[in-house]
This record gives sequence, structure tokens and C-alpha cells, in this order.
Amino acid sequence: MSKKVQVQTTINGDETDFLCEPRNSLLEVLRDNLTLTGAKEGCNNGNCGACSVILDGRLVNACCVLGVEVDGCDVQTIEGIGSPGELHPLQQKFLEHAALQCGICTPGFILSAKALLDKNPNPTEHEVRYWLAGNLCRCTGYDKIIRAVLDTAEESR
Amino acid sequence: MATNGYNVIGTRPIRHDGADKVTGRAIYGADIQLTGLLYGAILRSPHPHARIIKIDTSRAEALPGVKAVATAEDLPQAADKMADLGETIVNLRDASNNVLAYGKVLYKGHAIAGVAASNLHIAQEALELIDVEYEVLPHVTWVMDAMKEDAPILHEDMKTTSLGEETDKVSNIANHFQHKIGDPDQGFADADVVVEREFTTQTVHQGYIEPHNATAMWNEEDQLTVWTSTQGAFAVREQLTEILKLPVSKVKVVPLEIGGGFGGKISVYGDPVAAILSKKTGHPVKITMGRDEVFEGTGPTPASYIKVKIGATNDGKITAATTYMAYEAGAYPGSPVGAGAGCIFSPYDIANAQIDGYDVCVNKPKTNAYRAPGATNAALAPETVIDEICEIIGMDPLEFRLKNAAKEGSRRVDGPVHPRIGCVETTEAAKNSDHYNTALEKSDNGMLRGRGVASGYWFNFNGGKSAISVSVNGDGTINMLEGSTDIGGSRASISMQLAETIGLKATDINPKIVDTDSIGYTDVTGGSRTTFGTGYAAHATGQALIHEMKARASKLWDVPADAIDYTDGVFCYKDDKEKRGTFKEIAKQAGDTGGPIVAQVSTQPDGSGGGAFATHICDVEVDPETGKVDVLRYTAVQDVGTAIHPSYVEGQIQGGVVQGIGWGLNEEYVYNDDGMMTNASFLDYRMPTTLDTPMVETILVEVPNVAHPYGVRGVGEVPIVPPPAALANAIYAATGQRIRDLPMSPPRVQAAIAKNAG
Amino acid sequence: MATIYIPSLMRDLTDGQEIILVDGKTMRQIMTNLEKAYPGFRKRLMDEDSNRIKPNIAVMLDGRNANRSLLDKVMDASEIHFLPAISGG
Repeated sequence: MSKKVQVQTTINGDETDFLCEPRNSLLEVLRDNLTLTGAKEGCNNGNCGACSVILDGRLVNACCVLGVEVDGCDVQTIEGIGSPGELHPLQQKFLEHAALQCGICTPGFILSAKALLDKNPNPTEHEVRYWLAGNLCRCTGYDKIIRAVLDTAEESR
Repeated sequence: MATNGYNVIGTRPIRHDGADKVTGRAIYGADIQLTGLLYGAILRSPHPHARIIKIDTSRAEALPGVKAVATAEDLPQAADKMADLGETIVNLRDASNNVLAYGKVLYKGHAIAGVAASNLHIAQEALELIDVEYEVLPHVTWVMDAMKEDAPILHEDMKTTSLGEETDKVSNIANHFQHKIGDPDQGFADADVVVEREFTTQTVHQGYIEPHNATAMWNEEDQLTVWTSTQGAFAVREQLTEILKLPVSKVKVVPLEIGGGFGGKISVYGDPVAAILSKKTGHPVKITMGRDEVFEGTGPTPASYIKVKIGATNDGKITAATTYMAYEAGAYPGSPVGAGAGCIFSPYDIANAQIDGYDVCVNKPKTNAYRAPGATNAALAPETVIDEICEIIGMDPLEFRLKNAAKEGSRRVDGPVHPRIGCVETTEAAKNSDHYNTALEKSDNGMLRGRGVASGYWFNFNGGKSAISVSVNGDGTINMLEGSTDIGGSRASISMQLAETIGLKATDINPKIVDTDSIGYTDVTGGSRTTFGTGYAAHATGQALIHEMKARASKLWDVPADAIDYTDGVFCYKDDKEKRGTFKEIAKQAGDTGGPIVAQVSTQPDGSGGGAFATHICDVEVDPETGKVDVLRYTAVQDVGTAIHPSYVEGQIQGGVVQGIGWGLNEEYVYNDDGMMTNASFLDYRMPTTLDTPMVETILVEVPNVAHPYGVRGVGEVPIVPPPAALANAIYAATGQRIRDLPMSPPRVQAAIAKNAG
Repeated sequence: MATIYIPSLMRDLTDGQEIILVDGKTMRQIMTNLEKAYPGFRKRLMDEDSNRIKPNIAVMLDGRNANRSLLDKVMDASEIHFLPAISGG
């Protein structure tokens, strides 16, 4: 077991220090070191998007980022979406549209959708589908997820 | 607002666990944190078929950080005994051997040993230090090959049974059964047109996004607690008590939130291993699977070979139908070929038919249930053969289906008679749908477009045991404990049925899914039984609660309880309307009238009530150069009994349809000549993404199920049955090519087009 | 008399007969009388240890799943089928 490295980062707006081995992914660090278990492991090789987080404003799969890579960076996870006592509009719309069944993919989708709407507040259906194609859902068939994202975009205009 | 005479049923409240799920707070199996937790990893066979000569774990045990190792030697030998886990019938010896291989490995990925260490990386490193000596044996990975005389044999002591009879033949054919009604030979003789075709399907996985997980703590008093994501905590408990030979009272299973199941999270895999490792270390041990392990080490659905022959008259009446169905069971017997046989011709009223079904072992993971298990494979054949017949006799395919539709009183080929069902209503709704009556526009850029329809049937499990326990809070809200793990929003539907019964709002119910110590036995969430079965219990519980509340009101007003009415949330004494009180008012006075108000009910409906029917319509666009198939429009019509929460009913249908689209167009286990899966990742096991499907239109036909107080009919499974056949028919309409081997992936479609162009 | 539909592959026990009429007021009586009239059914359908129908076989009684312990009551015109047990997902 190699010596742990100290990493300094900002997570959901809080300055956070942690120790991790060079081989630990950001996903492992979030879940095991920092008990931020909202990001989920579905495949551990960048194919399902269940571990989506926003790193320095960019949507990434946390399983494909090393813990040591985020030194000095800004990380946003599902735990940082919304505010105390109030759901983010995306979260609210997901519930209203029943855009989740088992819910395991939901944190990933919300991060991805947020990253999209931050960049493009007025996406077409195709743009939404294209952007979210990196997030797999097996329960919903995607219909209600797409509707929830489009509805969120429309209401914010 | 409900328009169906109900107050709560038919509305769309926000699900009770919603906030936790969208904020990432909900605790799934892999999320659990416990004091002193160790991490487990599983060593898996690199060979598809081999004898285990020796396992040496000494080097692994010596690695710093490793706390314990387990092999099959640590499991008590399970008897060769079948256990009825409510829905999944399991041979306990096979289940035990599947958990940790004993004597032989029967597929690549078969678990051989488990390691517990202080972190997962060390556990995984330790796996490489376990030395296993194998005698590699020839393998077989296709059902038709496994049935040949000279096929490598997986189980030297297994002989073919024929619905209860054992023959003397050692074979990979675990079971052969036959259903026959009427005189098929005569029926074919009476037909004007007879079409016989062969089909193959490949191994396909349920594809739940959450891998399997189990965390076990075996304490100093031999009490075992297991936290796991499962479709059935009681099914897990039963398997653990049998595999580990523990008394039921010593085993507690705590179901955490589950990230998808579809039938694949009923059998245990890591749970007994984690339990043994916990016993050895005195610590809790968590075992989670990697995605490749999920593909290679859990239970996909069978690959299959199906031959179907159907005869019909020129005016569209089916005169006879026969089929030969051979399904891969995987490493151990128990494919859903029986279920496939019960569904294959069941949308139709056929007087002369014969079904021969074969359950066959091959060197692949032991198959497990996947959403209407066996029925999707089965439907592909007749639904496309019917399409051919319709073309020959010049009849609209939905007209044909209506002409032959199963009705109340129609006898299934496997024997039972359909009760009141919605087959005709569903087919008619499809025929009258906007989709079916809107012409498909031609492509203006050289793409080929076509439309196809297909129907399907699934029994639904209108039975099973469910228990509910409620207590009334001082403010008149209800705490409801139940044992049906929630994979798709069922706690909301069950709460709504309780609310409807009592006359409260859905938000007045506080549902909780609890562990096996805290509620009566409840069968698995699956088989399309949950909204039906546990809802049935909720209704009975609501009635018991009203009875108790009337007793309380009777005490308050000093009048006989049987003279108290309860309507629209208000208790009222018949003979003096002044004596009245709302549910909440009576609840508030519980302390004065006898203490806490509680009720507990367990139910087991008798399994009557019909199955579910679906008719699907799909439009596809095929690129003739690449063979890529895009789904332009898809409509799923289904008889849903009564839609308790329409959003979640629609969701079940849409989810099943998209799984079916994946099954039809892309998903398959690709095996090489060495008997190994070459695409065990989400990159190459290609499930649909947001770019692969259109919005899925749903048409909910409501023919109430007479066997349920609210008419509930299970909806979760039948949606996955028609899609591959509907797609096959649409691809034919677009390209003129009939493809009878799933998946209809671009290479296959392109080859079919090219072969016939040249 | 209840009507029992004999699965194809068990008709060797009934000389090829597809439908048999058997007397009995409970499933247990039916099975006993079936065995008396056509020996061999017990071994194929019942689990010796538990005296219940084998778990991989389902019994449909008038369109519903019969209790495996054979406690269900049987009516005069009842219809009984033996099928491979099926499961859901």
C-alpha cells in the first residue's frame, strides 16, 4: 500500500482536505473517505454516468478521475444541488414527472442535466438526448427524464 | 384529480421517498457504513468448464490486510432439495454450488473463493494470490449443441425429467415437458396456409444499473444480519438459512433501497460468502460486484432456439399451432421455458396446439428471472409468423389478432382457462390508436421505413403472501410498515390503496419498508404482484383499521359499533347525526379509548384473476448501408386493470419497452470459441441510451381485475414481451427482410439487406 | 367428481387418457384417489419428505394456484391442471 497523498479541494463550496492513495478514484474518495455516497458506482469504467459530478464546471465521471487529480479543484456533487429545505428545480421536476423508478441513476442524471442547462438554457429535445446519452437508465426508458429536463428549462425562461 | 370514482386512486402524488432519491440521500446497499467494516472480493473461474483439483489460499492469507478467506469447504453441503422461494424455485444444492463452486466450475465467472480485507484493493490483490489447480474440460455454450448426443456433460448425475418423471438418460437436458390440446395434425390439414419458421435469441442481461451488494455481520451469538439490495428480504433470508444451515430466528435481512432488479436480484450471490467471512473475522463484511462480475457471475436470461408452425384459413382463423422451444438454463437447471410455454400462444384462442419445451444446461451463468421470464423469447416466433400469414392472406395484422383473440373462457394450451381478461380491448385500442391510423411518411433521404405490430401475454402472479402493519398517529396520519421492497414506486401505490380504503390522502400515509424481523412474511417484489398483492393487504388492513376505529368511536359516544357508519372520512352514528367525528378527531382520542390504534394483516390472494395483455406498434427507419435501425415512433397499448398511480404505470410500460428494444436491436452476450463472454462491460453490452429511443406513448386500457378490490392488474412485466417481434415486423416492412435471430443488430440487418440486394 | 387434465408426458400412467374424473372433497383426497386409480402419480408429483407437491410443479385449481400442502377444498365441477412452476421477474 503506497503512501497516501494529501489533497486540498473545494467540494460543494466547502474547503475539504483528504488523504488518499494514488490509485483511488475520485468516486472512491467521495464515497469511502468523505461519506458522500450520492455518486453511485454502476460500472467503474466511464460507461454509465451514475457517478457524474461537475469538476471545475465540467461534467465528468468520477470513476475516471483520480482523487489526487482534484487538488486545487472545485467539485460539485448531488449533495451540493439545491439548498437547505428547498429542492433544485430539476429535482422538483424529476419528482413531478415521475422521472425515476429505482432512483440509482437519478443523482447522475441531475448533475448531467444541470451541466447542460448551465451551458444551454434552451435545449431542443435532441440536444437534451444527445447530452444525456452518457447516463444510462434501465427503469424509465428515458421518456419522463427527458420531459422533466425540458420542463425545467421551459419554466426557468 | 381522479375521474374514476376514486379519491386517491388514479391521481399522481409525489412518491413518499422522492426527496431522498433526488438528493442522493437514499441509502442503497453499497452506501451502508458500519463500524469495523471489511471489504470482500470474489475469485472467479477463468474457465467455462473445469474440475477443481486444488485450491491453495495460503499466499492470499499471508498478505497484510487480509483477514479471512472462504471457499465451498466453508459452506455446509446443501441437500439436493428444492425450495419454494415464493416465486423462484431453487434447488438448494445448486444455489449453494453457484455461490461457491464445489468440485467443478461450470462457467467463466463462477465464484470459487472469497477474501475479506481492510480495503477493497487489498482484497482484489489477494485474489491473485489464490492458487487454483484446474483440469480444464470441454465446454458447450449453445443450447442446440448441448442437446447433442456427444455434448460435454455438465452434471454427471443429472437425468432428464419430464414433468415429474425421471428418465435414465444422463444429459444436459434437465427437463422436457409437453402441452397438447386438440389435434394439431388435423388442424394443419384443415389450414389454407401453413408457415413454419425457426428463431434464435442470445443471452441477455437485466442490466440494472446498481451491481449486486451484500453486507453481513455474524456475531458472537451466531446471529446473522445481512444488509442488501434485494427484491425480497424474505427470499434472501430463506436462502441464507438453507445454504448456511441457520435457524430462521437467527437470521435478519435488512433490505436497503435497490437500484433495479427486474428479477435478477432474488437469488443470493455474495450474501453467504460475506456471512462466512464475517463469521471468520468477527467484523461486518461488505461485498459489492464489479460490472463485469454482474455480467459473468449473476443470472442473465436464456438464449433460446424456438421453432413455430402455425396454420390458418384464408379468412384468418388459426387452425393449429405447434412449437419446439429449447431454452438455456445456464450452469444449473431452471430456465423459464415453462413460463414461455404458458405465454407463447396465449393471446389466441386455438383449438389444436402442441408445445414441447426443453430446459437445457450449458456452460454459462445460471439464468435467472428477467421481466416476464421466457415470454419475450417465446413471443418473437408466433408474432412474426402471424405477420407472414397476414401478408399471404391479405389481412390486417390487428384484425387477425382480433379474430383469434383469447377471451374469458378461452383455454390456454397449457391447460387453464382465461378468466375475465383485456385481450380484445387492448387489441382494439391499438387498432383505434392515433399511431396506427397515422400513415408512416416515407423517408426523403434514402432510408427505409416500416411499421410493425406485435402482441404479448404474461400471467402475472395474482397471489403471494403480503403483510402490513399500521399504527395511527395522534394527528390521524398512519405509519405503514410493509415488506415489499420498492423498485419502481410501489410504496406510493400501496400507500394510495390504503389511503383510498380509509378515506385519507396519500400524504397522510407514511410508508416504510422494513426488515424480516419487523413484518410478517412477504413474497418478493416481482412477478407483477406487488401493487396487486401488497395492495390487497393494504385494503384488508384499511378495513381492519376502520373496524377498530368504529370500536373507539363507539366507546366515545357510548353507542353500538355496528351502528356507526364511515363515509368520506367521517364516522357517524346512524341514529343521531350529531354524534360524528373525522378520522383525525377519533385518532386524537386514542389514549382515552383504549390506547394506541394499530392493525396488522397478512393476506394471500388465491391467484385467480387474469394475466396481462399488450399490443405494440412501432415505426422504424433502417439505414440500408449500415443496417442501423432507428425507432421513430413507439406506442404500447396494455390492459392495466386499474391504474393506481398512472405515472408509475406509464413508467413501467416505458421501461419494459426500452429494455425490449435493447433486446431486439443490440443486446447479447458475445461468446468466443473458448466459451468466454467478450463484451462484459456497458461499452460493448449495448443497452439503449437516450439517443436510441423516442418518447414511448402509452395507452392504458382499464379492464378491472375481478380478483382485486380495486381491480389492480400487474403491469410491470408484459411490456417487455412484444418489442423484439414488433421491431422484426417493422424491419421487414421497411426492408423486405425477415430476420429471425436476435439481436437485429446493424451487422445482421445490413447482411440481410446486402444478401438480397445482390 | 373433479376433472383432472393429465399432462402429455404423464399419460403413460393413464393409458393415454387426457382427462380423468376423480372423487374428492379436498386436494389431498383427490391425490390419494388419483394414485389409487392410476399408480405412479404420487412419485412424479409429490415430494416424499414433506408430503407436498414438488416445488417445481404448480397445481392450478379452478384457475388459481392451489396450496402445495393440498389443503384446498375441491368442488364437484372443479378443474385441476399440473404445470411447470413459473416465476416472475
